[in-house]
Amino acid sequence: MSLIECVRVSFRSIRANGLRSVLTMLGIIIGVAAVIAMVAIGEGTSSSVASQINGLGSNLLIVSPGQATQGRVSLGAGSLNTLTMADAEAIAENDSVAGVAPSVNGRAQIVWGSNNYSSSLEGTTADFLQVRNAEVAQGRFFSNFEVTRQFNVAVVGTEVVSNLFKNATTNLIGQTVQINRVPFTIIGVLKSQGSSGMTNNDDRILIPITTAMSRLTGGKNVGTIYVSAASSDVMDKAQQDIRQTLRAKHNLRPQKEDDFRITSQSDILSTAQEVSSSMTALLSGIAAISLIVGGIGVMNIMLVSVTERTREIGIRKAIGAKRRDILRQFLIEAVTLSLIGGILGIAFGVGAALLISKLGSLSTSISLTPILYAFLTSSLVGVIFGVYPARKAAQLKPIDALRYE
Amino acid sequence: MRPVIQIEDLKKQYQIGDQEIMALRGVSLTIDEGDFVAIMGPSGSGKSSMMNVIGCLDKPTSGEFYLDGQPVSLAHDDELAVIRNQKIGFVFQNFNLLPRTTAVENVELPLLYGGASAKERRERAIKALISVGLAERLNNKPNELSGGQQQRVSIARALVNDPVILLADEPTGALDTKTSEEIMGIFQRLNDAGKTVILVTHEPDIAEYAKRIVRFRDGQIISNEVVQERRIAQAEEVRT
Repeated sequence: MSLIECVRVSFRSIRANGLRSVLTMLGIIIGVAAVIAMVAIGEGTSSSVASQINGLGSNLLIVSPGQATQGRVSLGAGSLNTLTMADAEAIAENDSVAGVAPSVNGRAQIVWGSNNYSSSLEGTTADFLQVRNAEVAQGRFFSNFEVTRQFNVAVVGTEVVSNLFKNATTNLIGQTVQINRVPFTIIGVLKSQGSSGMTNNDDRILIPITTAMSRLTGGKNVGTIYVSAASSDVMDKAQQDIRQTLRAKHNLRPQKEDDFRITSQSDILSTAQEVSSSMTALLSGIAAISLIVGGIGVMNIMLVSVTERTREIGIRKAIGAKRRDILRQFLIEAVTLSLIGGILGIAFGVGAALLISKLGSLSTSISLTPILYAFLTSSLVGVIFGVYPARKAAQLKPIDALRYE
Repeated sequence: MRPVIQIEDLKKQYQIGDQEIMALRGVSLTIDEGDFVAIMGPSGSGKSSMMNVIGCLDKPTSGEFYLDGQPVSLAHDDELAVIRNQKIGFVFQNFNLLPRTTAVENVELPLLYGGASAKERRERAIKALISVGLAERLNNKPNELSGGQQQRVSIARALVNDPVILLADEPTGALDTKTSEEIMGIFQRLNDAGKTVILVTHEPDIAEYAKRIVRFRDGQIISNEVVQERRIAQAEEVRT
């Protein structure tokens, strides 16, 4: 019997038991759809995390204060106030460093007329735009001159604009606002960047760091120093240079530990990717288990089918079907069953992934590899779980099969 | 006359639990080409075992069996399948047609395993169905056909590969008297055209349509006689 005949016969028998076949396929459908959707979510998440991290800045190194220890117990990052403006200036001396943007952070109440809004306040320097990959959409950013002279100027994010100047038709550049009761002039609006991770990059007020330290936050220490390396090739060198500069500046003896921490963008990226790839592996593992369960369903129904059709097998053998004819017929039926399930599963999986990215906040990315993989796996499931029932059918003796009631 | 079946001292032994049952105790039988033989006997006489061996569905425990001059007793399972496909046409008591499959597709089945092209299969199947008077019922499924029509389909299926012998196991067992006569008429006509027919039955009046009756009892042949007053089926009425 030719392959095409076998496929035709198997289609007929699948149709003859429509509901049963669909229920059997459901196991495979769910398994494959789960694999496709999970992988799509996993890949989508990791690529969006990667782009968010890349969006933080170009060739970014983050210098944060070290952790204080009290009786050998670490108090966590930022528990020491070890970084100063002088440190930032010293770091900027290195050739491997292209830009330095120290920052202090706080929250602030911003008032314009009768409107008020609470946002995060960041004091920084003119290098901010370059170091943090930001752009000004309207107006301008503050200059180094304004930073050194402690000007009361502010650049705001779009979120602040829409909340504070709700229905205003006036040009907001040049408007005077009160930030924590101190008057500031708005000189620019940042281009919208969206959110990265937990922080909304559009919901912030930027002012010169000197102004922030003297009039709003107080104190002489800076929270974090953002540094951009001259190029991606000198990231490691920049990291070493910063370390040496800071150790010298802080008078640390060789055996003493660093009282600061340098994190590079690629560190964050690789951590995030590790997390998302292990998530993907976990989800795929669960999906693979459901594929196996689906395969057992196929095997179960094939065994039922062989028993039910013992007589048919007897007839076919009596009129000349060889063992391998019967074996092939049932094997192809099992493979057809699981392949149809696989194809439907791919369709549902892709559909689910598209729906998730359309409705939810998760981004998904559909690639060909998991689809091919699912296609092959489901046919393999058909073969593996079809062999035993098919062998059972092929080994029936024609007289026994014919006499079977 | 050329013998199509030569059986020498054939024995068949079954094992059921601890018990060994001798179904055939040394049977010798020769059937010539063009003969019409009825095998009779009460149940347990060994006639079914005999039919299974002749039909190459079962292998004898010992003895010689030549079908169309070819030794069969030592053939492998797959070789037996080929022999069944090429040389034997089966007609069963309960028709044994595939359900949900049209008449013409049922008749095509032996050709499917013989490896004929789709076009040739269809042509030969239609020809066989016409020869049993079912030209109008080609695309009906078994559940849309009467018992007599189903048996005609199964005769067409048996004939389609032009086998050496036609082996009918109680072909009228599930049919009424009138239809039985029609079916026997078809066998007689095929036999007149030169086909060797072997009929297994327990009904004496059906056996009398044959030319010769071989009687079994306790696994042995007790008589092998030419039918004296052979019944001739009235010109078969083709109902389609």
